[in-house]
Amino acid sequence: MKETYTLKLIQEIESGSLPLDEYLARKAEAIAKLEPILNSFITVVKGFEKSRIERLGLLKGLTVAIKDNICMEGIETTCGSLILRGYKPSYDATVVERIKKNSGVITGKTNMDEFAMGSTTEWSAFGPTRNPWDPCRVPGGSSGGSAAAVASGESDLALGSDTGGSIRCPASFCGVVGLKPTYGLVSRYGLIAYANSLEQIGPIARDVYGCALLLTAIAGYDPRDSTSIDRSYTDYRYALIEGLEGFRLGVVRELLGEGVDQRVSSCIEESIYRFESLGATVEEVSIPSISFALPAYYIIAMAEASSNLARYDGVRYGMSLSARDYDWSRYYEDVRSRGFGLEVKRRIILGAYVLSAGYYDRYYIKALKVRTLIKKGFMEVFKRFDALIGPSMPILPFRIGEKIEDPLELYMCDIDTVPVNLAGLPAISIPCGLVDDLPVGLQIIGSYFCEDTILRIAYNLEAALDLRLKPVFSEVCV
Amino acid sequence: MSELKPIIGLEVHCQLTNLRSKLFCSCSADYRGKPPNTNICPVCIGEPGSLPVLNREALISVLKVAIALKADISRFTYFSRKNYFYPDLPKNFQISQYDGAGGIPIARGGSIDIGGRIVRIRRIQLEEDPGRIVYEGTITSSTGLLMDYNRSGIALVEIVTEPDITSPREARVFLEKLRSLLEYIGVFDGSLEGAMRCDANISIPGGGRVEIKNISSFHDVEKALSFELARQKQRMVRGLGVIRETRHWDPRRRITVSLRVKEEEQDYRYFPEPDLPPIIVTDALIEEAERSMPILPYEKIDLYVSKYGLSRGLAEILVSSKDLSELYDKIVECYGKPGRVASWLIEDLLPLLDKLGVGVKDSKAKPEDIAYLLKSIDEGLIDRSRALSMLRSMVLEGSRPVIVFEHSLESRISLVELDRIISEVVEAEGKAFQDAIRNPKALNYLVGLVVKRCGGRADPREVYKLLSKKVREYRRSRR
Ligand SMILES: [Zn+2]
Repeated sequence: MKETYTLKLIQEIESGSLPLDEYLARKAEAIAKLEPILNSFITVVKGFEKSRIERLGLLKGLTVAIKDNICMEGIETTCGSLILRGYKPSYDATVVERIKKNSGVITGKTNMDEFAMGSTTEWSAFGPTRNPWDPCRVPGGSSGGSAAAVASGESDLALGSDTGGSIRCPASFCGVVGLKPTYGLVSRYGLIAYANSLEQIGPIARDVYGCALLLTAIAGYDPRDSTSIDRSYTDYRYALIEGLEGFRLGVVRELLGEGVDQRVSSCIEESIYRFESLGATVEEVSIPSISFALPAYYIIAMAEASSNLARYDGVRYGMSLSARDYDWSRYYEDVRSRGFGLEVKRRIILGAYVLSAGYYDRYYIKALKVRTLIKKGFMEVFKRFDALIGPSMPILPFRIGEKIEDPLELYMCDIDTVPVNLAGLPAISIPCGLVDDLPVGLQIIGSYFCEDTILRIAYNLEAALDLRLKPVFSEVCV
Repeated sequence: MSELKPIIGLEVHCQLTNLRSKLFCSCSADYRGKPPNTNICPVCIGEPGSLPVLNREALISVLKVAIALKADISRFTYFSRKNYFYPDLPKNFQISQYDGAGGIPIARGGSIDIGGRIVRIRRIQLEEDPGRIVYEGTITSSTGLLMDYNRSGIALVEIVTEPDITSPREARVFLEKLRSLLEYIGVFDGSLEGAMRCDANISIPGGGRVEIKNISSFHDVEKALSFELARQKQRMVRGLGVIRETRHWDPRRRITVSLRVKEEEQDYRYFPEPDLPPIIVTDALIEEAERSMPILPYEKIDLYVSKYGLSRGLAEILVSSKDLSELYDKIVECYGKPGRVASWLIEDLLPLLDKLGVGVKDSKAKPEDIAYLLKSIDEGLIDRSRALSMLRSMVLEGSRPVIVFEHSLESRISLVELDRIISEVVEAEGKAFQDAIRNPKALNYLVGLVVKRCGGRADPREVYKLLSKKVREYRRSRR
């Protein structure tokens, strides 16, 4: 097995050549040095570098940064929103429990677009995160803080959540590996909902090995999440061992259509040659229903969001105003007007609209039908292919502020990522090249619960490309 | 204008009080009497990131309700979110089931017989109870709302009727029948405060439909509907018409107050709950519910009539309460004589319990002891009034019936002595004796005196017999 970053790091920690306390101290230093530039974290866990681990479990004491929409007992969890400022959950999310149990050291809560609504991390109430490759550019989003923290070496592993591309987009923009699991593989208990039927928590790492490792730690059935699926346990690291001889890959025409930057497409094409040289066969394939994915995605996501975000009324947690001599409905109005940002308000209003009497059938029900068509389209194609490939993002990381005025143009950026969420499939984004010193991500989509397949494909490509990416702003240990 | 017969439909919410935990979390279902906000968890106060998990027992219980009401169970059903803002709703939506066109409740159809008339059931569904608003001071002087979420997430079954009810009294009878049925199948305890609540729709010919909310007991349902019926009739008589609106029942002032006019009807923006997969109701689930079904009231009435030969009226009284009919069954099991037991229960035991203000369930008297007491009465070992006072302490203190063999050989008065006492009494009470000759009922007075003179050593029946004989002799001698 090729010694990529995470594997090397683990070997040094296990052999004692990099003692755990020294490793953690260097991580704390990296955060102190880089945070003023990058703003990857909303909250850093005080004294994480002093963690003592009795017996090294699966994660060997590696640092894990957690997106700030995942609950951790007693640690402020804001979702990037003023409305949750001061909220300290009374419980650990299932994934947090599993990371602790597997001896991961949690470094902090990472920056994100407010309630995960966005693809740039500019919509955070706590300021934007900057891209470690070029601090004038966005890191992608909504898990931009997690991807930037991993790319810069502030943390070696991170958790993101992916509702319509929120792991794959920042992984692509920051040049790291991010995986969105099959719907139901990872427990959502403790993930603060944006759009419940679409989202999954997933790993972000510097390499495929790190992704496989963290996925192994967090995946598995959880009786507290009724949508989690009871399946047998897998160690995804074993998926990486074998080659790609005889693999059948499909290049989805709709993912490489209009609006994809020429420089991005040529990077993808190079990867295609690489796959062929590794013994795989690559063919073009079409899934026509994908063209309707974007509107269907936004209708379903906003509808669910409008209901999910109703609970933020300033009564039980987070923001609160002086409530005396107030009618409750006016109090709610005040809290919500002040607490939510512009993009969140936009999605709540649109979501309430598509669920209203008279519009429900026209929008919501129609979107569900499109969703079914897309699922069928993918299922059909997976009869002939082991995995599908395309770009993660149609464009390169753009400048902060460049697109924020135009929500539609921003929504268009999700065109390659949302079909996977509508279908509930797993997909991974891995770096496949640099253009003008900016990373490009390749997306590999697998069939249901075939995380092992896409990890194996990604691992082989990673080894073949051997990019050894190192952003301008980074502090790495090995 | 009494020809303005109302059309009434009810929407009844009953807590599934048999459950151990809430509908979607593991908090205790027994929330009453606990300090505010101590029976809560992330799920039932809607903490961010928490997720609901359906309580399987709740599903079984609601299937039992459907079976008891003879409703059609949906093999595929799902929860929906009912979105509206209200302080008692921690998520600002309620997990419920969509009640509009295309919605699939857990069961549809079914009916309840309310004494010869059938009230059809439209829909049976499952939903979560909101928390409770507590006012500081009184509602009007209160400066703020306090919230208690202990009740939040309790399982409610909602039962909606067709508009088949034609009077406020029938509405009450319907609720009483429903309560008894739910108690029979062991999913509900109507004695718990606030366990059954109801909204009612009422209209009279020519008027708009009025929905009355917040009827919190089934005693109030008749009062609220009677008030509303009178109000609507008044308006029709005065030519004012009745507008379609929602009104609130104020149990203190005993009136309904306008809440909102229907034009501004709320849009709840229902959509399927994404955190709970649809429910597939399998044969195995239905069989499980059926296995735990007891014999139902209507089946029991038929049984009492056909097997025990009771009148239908008597059978209905016994079956009106689950506790009463269970007690009846147990006494009959010990003593037999179902007819005698039935009439004794209704004539003696129930009035006594009523007088004492004790429910059948709260009585401490054991069925086998009651059977023994009744047997002793029937064998003349104890008279009725002594039996009743003994029954009283059995009910209140759980004491065992002690039948002193007043007429045992050792203590029984000799016939000679008895005869002497009777003669003495007759002589002393000449007027009473004359009365008794004209009116046999007056004889009891003399019997009482004799028994008293004997110090309880005489058998009243024997005294009665002897006295009657004396009366007959006297009559004969006069002839
Ligand atoms: Zn709870």
